[in-house]
Amino acid sequence: MLNISGIHEGYVLDHIKAGTSLDVFHNLGLDDKNYTVAVIMNVKSNKMGRKDILKIECPIGSIDLDVLGFIDHNITVDIVEDGNIVEKRKLTLPVEVKNVIHCHNPRCITTIEQGLPSVFVLTDKENAVYRCKYCEEKYDRKK
Amino acid sequence: MRHLMNPLDFTVEELDELMNLAHDIQENPEKYAHTCDGKKLATLFYEPSTRTRLSFEAAMMNLGGKCLGFASADSSSASKGESVADTIRVISCYADIAAMRHPKEGAPLVASEFSKIPVINAGDGGHQHPTQTLADLYTIRMLNGSFDNITIGLCGDLKFGRTVHSLIEALARYKNVKFILISPKELRVPTYIREDVLKKNNLPYEEVESLEEAMPGLDILYMTRIQKERFFNEEEYLKMKGYYILDKQKMELAKEHMYVLHPLPRVNEISVDVDEDPRAMYFEQAHNAVYMREALILTLLGLVPEK
Repeated sequence: MLNISGIHEGYVLDHIKAGTSLDVFHNLGLDDKNYTVAVIMNVKSNKMGRKDILKIECPIGSIDLDVLGFIDHNITVDIVEDGNIVEKRKLTLPVEVKNVIHCHNPRCITTIEQGLPSVFVLTDKENAVYRCKYCEEKYDRKK
Repeated sequence: MRHLMNPLDFTVEELDELMNLAHDIQENPEKYAHTCDGKKLATLFYEPSTRTRLSFEAAMMNLGGKCLGFASADSSSASKGESVADTIRVISCYADIAAMRHPKEGAPLVASEFSKIPVINAGDGGHQHPTQTLADLYTIRMLNGSFDNITIGLCGDLKFGRTVHSLIEALARYKNVKFILISPKELRVPTYIREDVLKKNNLPYEEVESLEEAMPGLDILYMTRIQKERFFNEEEYLKMKGYYILDKQKMELAKEHMYVLHPLPRVNEISVDVDEDPRAMYFEQAHNAVYMREALILTLLGLVPEK
């Protein structure tokens, strides 16, 4: 059994799809931060079979939960203060994501216009479809 | 301040008002001849498009306004690397309204975000061409009296033709429009049109290959050009190019009041002998586009005269 100590202040991201925690790590921009992060992969789960968990020691408010909702809204978030879970938060799909993903359409204006933010808008909540605000190209998560 | 990026930016009621205004302009041009006196339209065309640009300019001149602008990216500061945002900020100081065509999709939307004047999308890549759709709608309404219970056949390149996609989306908002989608298998409508527009709204539609078989049931036939620039190899283009040719013989299969539309330019998909047929309405459609653009300019500038 692997023992990983709890965190004093920060976030525990649970129910991450097994094998994808490193993608979540990168998409949250944690590579550029000095936070202490535990990446726990392939943990046994009754609900999911296997799952990943991220424990992030950081000030509350420093993680963009909207981005997390976009990456995978099935992830559950525990907010930890003074070593205790003070809030469990369910994620929802954000209406808009800014500068997280980029448009793959070579004909899109975002490919040439300087300083233009990359904005994707939720156009179909049921199927979690995001489209580029400018060219309306559907974002393909597999690309 | 309002812009036009997508034909769906206007509600059905607003579109009705716009078409009523276009009709009034068409019937009483002198009443509108000075409504834009002292106003300037900037035509910002980053790629050549003779028809659309001249149609916009004619529309503004008919209203008493003046035009300035450029007809290709080479003759604009884009060739020096200026961004769309900077260009429109400057143009906003020179003109009262702008029409922009750009090869990059979403460029007019970027312009609208930085502009102090109304911006009209005059075509952005393969994305949208809303004023063409407005002209198509106006022509269909003029010919049929309304959009309800019509059967429209869309024929040719239904995959890449943006005018087809916009028209289907716009017509989907009216009651009982039936779509007959006539194309080779390779050029069928994209999945999002089939799934997100037609199926989602429970619209009756058929996908067929034979123009001859479809002809007798149609009220409107909307022909499109097979666009050479969309093909990667010449052989494939040549195969598709001759797939549908509307000629006198095929017109005999159609109803007495089945009208033929085409966004133009045509290549060979409508034989010139069809031009004399009173049901050939594509030049009328190009003419109508000027009135629709006049109505749009007046509406966006807030200069519609009181009744």
